[in-house]
Amino acid sequence: MLVRFFYELREAGIPVSLTEFLALLGALQQGVSAQGAERFYWLARLSLIKDERFFDRFDRVFAAHFAGAERAFEKWAAEIPPEWLQARMQQQLTEEERRKVQALGGWEKLLETLKQRLAEQKERHQGGNKWIGTGGTSPFGSGGYNPEGIRIGEAGARQRRAVKVWEAREYRNFDDQRELGTRQFKIALRGLRKFARQGAADELDLDGTIEATARNAGWLDLKLRPERRNAVKVLLLLDVGGSMDEHVRGVEALFSAARSEFRHLESFYFHNFIYEYLWKDNRRRQRERSSTLELMRRFNSDYRVIIVGDASMSPYEILQPGGSVEHWNEESGEVWLKRVSAHFPHLIWLNPLPQARWDWTPSVGMTRSLVHEQMYPLSLEGLERAMRALRRPTLSQPLPV
Amino acid sequence: MSRFTGTSRYIATADLEMAVNAAVTLGRPLLIKGEPGTGKTQLALEVATALERPIFEWHVKSTSKAQQGLYEYDAVSRLRDSQLGDPRVADISHYIVRGKLWEAFESDTQPVLLIDEIDKADIEFPNDLLRELDRMEFYVYETRQLIRARHRPIIIITSNNEKELPDAFLRRCFFHYIRFPDQETMQQIVEVHYPNLKQTLLAEALRAFYEVRETPGLKKKPSTSELLDWIKLLVAEDLPPEALRSDDPKKAIPPLYGALLKNEQDVHLFEQLVFLSRRAR
Repeated sequence: MLVRFFYELREAGIPVSLTEFLALLGALQQGVSAQGAERFYWLARLSLIKDERFFDRFDRVFAAHFAGAERAFEKWAAEIPPEWLQARMQQQLTEEERRKVQALGGWEKLLETLKQRLAEQKERHQGGNKWIGTGGTSPFGSGGYNPEGIRIGEAGARQRRAVKVWEAREYRNFDDQRELGTRQFKIALRGLRKFARQGAADELDLDGTIEATARNAGWLDLKLRPERRNAVKVLLLLDVGGSMDEHVRGVEALFSAARSEFRHLESFYFHNFIYEYLWKDNRRRQRERSSTLELMRRFNSDYRVIIVGDASMSPYEILQPGGSVEHWNEESGEVWLKRVSAHFPHLIWLNPLPQARWDWTPSVGMTRSLVHEQMYPLSLEGLERAMRALRRPTLSQPLPV
Repeated sequence: MSRFTGTSRYIATADLEMAVNAAVTLGRPLLIKGEPGTGKTQLALEVATALERPIFEWHVKSTSKAQQGLYEYDAVSRLRDSQLGDPRVADISHYIVRGKLWEAFESDTQPVLLIDEIDKADIEFPNDLLRELDRMEFYVYETRQLIRARHRPIIIITSNNEKELPDAFLRRCFFHYIRFPDQETMQQIVEVHYPNLKQTLLAEALRAFYEVRETPGLKKKPSTSELLDWIKLLVAEDLPPEALRSDDPKKAIPPLYGALLKNEQDVHLFEQLVFLSRRAR
């Protein structure tokens, strides 16, 4: 049974390996979680899941897998003959309560009505005075005020364990589709680090010194080497204004994270789409423009290019010469983006829109094909995939989710 | 084998207890994550106290290397000794400095080993410890010695999620995420630390604390350790419980809130929100 559970976890995209599965079985054999479903749930999560981002997904798979087991239990419970329940209730009731039961027409009548209402009622019910549920004055349910009531099931509101831990899905927030702060962005951007020793030799190379000294018959021979630095170069192109205003916080966080992570970082702005010029400072955008051609001359093709924009606009702004909303462009945006992406083989597009909404706007699909499907959502998960894509020697197709 | 059930100074929730006991029983390292200030580092110390085991603490920094936990070869002193003609120089083992892992391996009883904040070190750091954590042995090349653990240590590793840990490393660990305690657990925690606290003051303090935590947009939410500090201050100042529930707009902000909020943007945001809510009344 657990083998199927293991494969269901894998199908849900949770990275569980055989080692971890065997560890769980080992723990079960040692009797670590002898008592209770909840302890089993904790143990399974402890040994199989290694990142709180996957807790929510795990909860869902766990609930789906073990719901069957619970349903089986309910079926047995339904098969308990009513006489047993009746006898049990008779014992619990006081003399006075028993008389009240008689007032309603006796046990048979009460159970008859209960069955009837159960059949009529399709949904969970709370309050009210007829249906079965909690807190009401109907004779059926729990936590109510009718002294003639039958308690059905346990008192949910009073018992903390009533909702199962995995059904509560308390780790919903940790799934990685969430909005991000600067810190998490920084961690994701570190995926792009490429260390190299460059520049002045100012660090003592201990191993080199020892070896050279040994070769020198014991006379000290100091060796120095340059410090290890992150050598990756990044060019950041940011869409500003218009529809980007609602995403400004996410983009700001990305920008400040990138600034502290990369030593070689250059950033430029554009509006809606890339045409013949970009600018460095939004306040002086009319006066100080840099032409896109010059950009391609200044930065060689080992720069990693990250374009941030929602790519949501009228298709004419991409396809048509003169389609720009701001100025007359001689050549269409399509031509310019093709030129840029041909010059920089490592180019990706980050889109602050959630991926599910990309298909709603045709221009997003067009941009996506122009950047060879290298478009990723601006979430932690998307950024990680984007960084992995940028690290590969050639970009051919997007990484799977 | 004795089981860990928290200590007189540390409240462990049932799932955390099970995590520790599973890790002890199966001899696997336990990786602990959670919001800062939820007692991750404290856990290892308390496990050692509860199970009466010696503890070895290895605090990892951004410059730490995995090798430093095993041993270091102090080549520079050997070089100096050789130039001074010291006779000790002939034996290389004089210059092998033991690391925390080695010390833990040599312990006479089963020890607890804390590897604190493993995410601070370089990305490759955890990968360099795979064999050591798996087989509990390592090889000293300089003296051609194999060091093997006498007793498999109980290893507790903490992380603040600053770096992603490699899959191969994670596969060898159990993983537990310490959730922020609910109000009931928090009450127990405070009672353990300040047993004679007035009930009313505690109730008011907890109410004010969760209110501050609920404030939207805080950069750093106050955590358990900050709550404990704050209560310590309240007790030291001997404030009456009423002071925490004042309707006077000038005193609307809980006293001594500097212990709860740790950066000026948060303090500013909180003051503004309190001001707005008072004005709305």
